[in-house]
Amino acid sequence: MDWGTLQAVLGGVNKHSTSIGKIWLTVLFIFRIMILVVAAEKVWGDEQDDFVCNTLQPGCRNVCYDHFFPISHIRLWALQLIFVSTPALLVAMHVAYTRHEKKRRFRNGEKIDIEEIKNEKIHIRGPLWWTYTSSIFFRIVFEAVFMYVFYYMYDGYQMPRLVKCEAWPCPNTVDCFVSRPTEKTTFTIFMLAVSGICMMLNLAELSYLVIKICMKESRKTT
Amino acid sequence: MSWAFLRNLLSGVNKYSTGIGRIWVAVVFMFRLLVYVAAAENIWKHEHDEFECNIKQPGCENVCFDHFFPVSHIRLWALQLIMVSTPSLLVVFHVAYRENREKHHNQKLYKNPGKIDGGLLCTYLISLILKTGLEIIFLVLFYKLYNGFKIPRLVKCDIKPCPNTVDCYISKPTEKMIFLYFLVATSCLCIVLNLSELSYLICKYSIKCYLKRHVKKQH
Repeated sequence: MDWGTLQAVLGGVNKHSTSIGKIWLTVLFIFRIMILVVAAEKVWGDEQDDFVCNTLQPGCRNVCYDHFFPISHIRLWALQLIFVSTPALLVAMHVAYTRHEKKRRFRNGEKIDIEEIKNEKIHIRGPLWWTYTSSIFFRIVFEAVFMYVFYYMYDGYQMPRLVKCEAWPCPNTVDCFVSRPTEKTTFTIFMLAVSGICMMLNLAELSYLVIKICMKESRKTT
Repeated sequence: MSWAFLRNLLSGVNKYSTGIGRIWVAVVFMFRLLVYVAAAENIWKHEHDEFECNIKQPGCENVCFDHFFPVSHIRLWALQLIMVSTPSLLVVFHVAYRENREKHHNQKLYKNPGKIDGGLLCTYLISLILKTGLEIIFLVLFYKLYNGFKIPRLVKCDIKPCPNTVDCYISKPTEKMIFLYFLVATSCLCIVLNLSELSYLICKYSIKCYLKRHVKKQH
């Protein structure tokens, strides 16, 4: 049980997405989940072991680490990816419900080709349009919220080399050194950039869907 | 043997669930199982190594850690996930029993073995009650074992062989607390989903039963 299951679920959603949605999924898988699992986790792997404070006072290191890293970057990214992927499930559930209704009508005697139900490409129209658009909207909101949480929690996106700590039981002010600050800053900026790209893709998809439906409505009225 | 087994089990259960049941499966997958495997496990990975006491006395750290963490949060979390998913097996077994019966008698005994009616409805309701009960039991267990859902930075320990009272520092208490609250929130969400599904099914089938009797009386 790991990101593979998420990949399987989202892969199913891929069939019913627009082209921009498919690009978004590809970016999500390759540039976010894969980078997180293959590279970022290793960079943050030894974060507490290699967090060193210039003191022999037992407990000072633990307390300072907890003070400066209330929640680790890697966990925040994992949560961000989970939350950002969840709205796609709404679409998958709606499609499954539509198919289920069609099968029920078929069983009740209406003439619908069963093969057609299985292979039908569900078009984004009517209630599905609303579900799809809300899912994109929630994705954008979650991305923005997490980007803000990162900024707020870590005072920007740079990882400092040295932090000065005076939490009890540290005697006076103690210098603590973060492990691999440059590498961590690089990955943080990379993940931020990819989040930004995903947000742009979502905004583009949202505008595309809204414009498409407006044009359709205007064509109907003329 | 890993979480993949649970994933396959829950996927199987999904076929015989109501709409709310499917939402429950999705919540368990995305917000509990995936968060556990992808994020929470790593926080508690080195909890014993990083538990530090202000003392050089050998054995004191071990004894204090054991006193304050009789069963680690992460193990309780894993047990909770397993226990809460297991009642759904009852439904899978019942459907398999129905299909077996049909095969044995070589005739169609049920309109649809997977449809929730009659005996399968009882099994489904029992599984919902069990799931809800187990969730509540684990939440109470967490609360009682750890005096609420807070994780302190510092605990004071005075068990032998520690001489006098010793300060011990827990690693990553804030991060652990955040995930603990996340666990509690998702458990509560699952309890609400289970209770709504229970009321929905009871209402639906009571109305069905009442209408059937009403129609019979009219004829």
